[in-house]
Amino acid sequence: MTLGVIGKKLGMTQVFDEQGLAIPVTVIKVDNIVVTQVKTVEKDGYNAIQVGTVPAKEKHLTKAQIGHLKKNQLENFRHLQEFRIDNPQDYKVGQSIEVSILENIEKVDVVGTSIGKGFQGTVKRWNFSRGPMGHGSKNHRAPGSIGAGTTPGRVIKGKKMAGNMGNERVTVTKLKLVKVDSENSLILIKGAVPGPEGKLVTIKPSRIKWN
Amino acid sequence: MNPIINELEKQYLDKELPDLNPGDTVKVFVRIIEGNKERTQAFEGTIIKKRGGGINKTITVRKIFQGIGVERVFAVYSPRVEKIAILKRGDVRRAKLYYLRELSGKATRIKEKIEKRG
Repeated sequence: MTLGVIGKKLGMTQVFDEQGLAIPVTVIKVDNIVVTQVKTVEKDGYNAIQVGTVPAKEKHLTKAQIGHLKKNQLENFRHLQEFRIDNPQDYKVGQSIEVSILENIEKVDVVGTSIGKGFQGTVKRWNFSRGPMGHGSKNHRAPGSIGAGTTPGRVIKGKKMAGNMGNERVTVTKLKLVKVDSENSLILIKGAVPGPEGKLVTIKPSRIKWN
Repeated sequence: MNPIINELEKQYLDKELPDLNPGDTVKVFVRIIEGNKERTQAFEGTIIKKRGGGINKTITVRKIFQGIGVERVFAVYSPRVEKIAILKRGDVRRAKLYYLRELSGKATRIKEKIEKRG
């Protein structure tokens, strides 16, 4: 129920703290973020604001998207996203959201899309054990039995099998916020965040209580 | 690497460092905080390894202390490393001098590099 920011993951590096210790950090660049719609309980059934970021050419958007943005004389955005908040009446369409909203916050949650690994077997995808590689064994990376026989006569739902791995929404919680650079719209977060470099990630104040 | 990250790292690369190469005998001055007192400690030895670039650069320095080999890794751009003095340039044919770990006494000596003139 809090407002966050959307930024592009640039990559990782390290910085030194005041004690001289090297801290691994992920650098996130926040582009121009603009409120594109305000949603209220009376009108839409829930409280939220919709924001847009990453400027796009008109030919990359659908007519519906262009119409939605043109209604309020906004520029074209490639990425639209909602934040559920308690006080949507405090925001106006066209207002921009700055990185500085994260200042004085200690820990954040980061949402991203994990790196796609393609179609992977059970060893990589579910950490199954591998069979012996020698001594006449032909069972190297096979999944093994996937269930009993006539009873139940089917494979149970949710059975761990080979398939597409990665490229899914991942949230990492309680990451330490090392620095917020409002001047350059940069955010430094300790440790790794989901996704490849160049992808968008959402950064929100951590909703988990910590000691 | 991303130009914005390069720019970010630059503010930490403010230190003037000599050319550090494997085989060189160096004296590294490290700041140590004991309680609330701060003092500088020196570590003298041979560089057996250097790795990383930019802010990530580290050197591994090896010396024999009381008959026991001691190796320390220094992040050279860390504010804890005050300065690095080169005592001797070594003439070696390897990038990583791991072979020194198996040697002791006179065998661990490294030929000094003599700069060619003109």
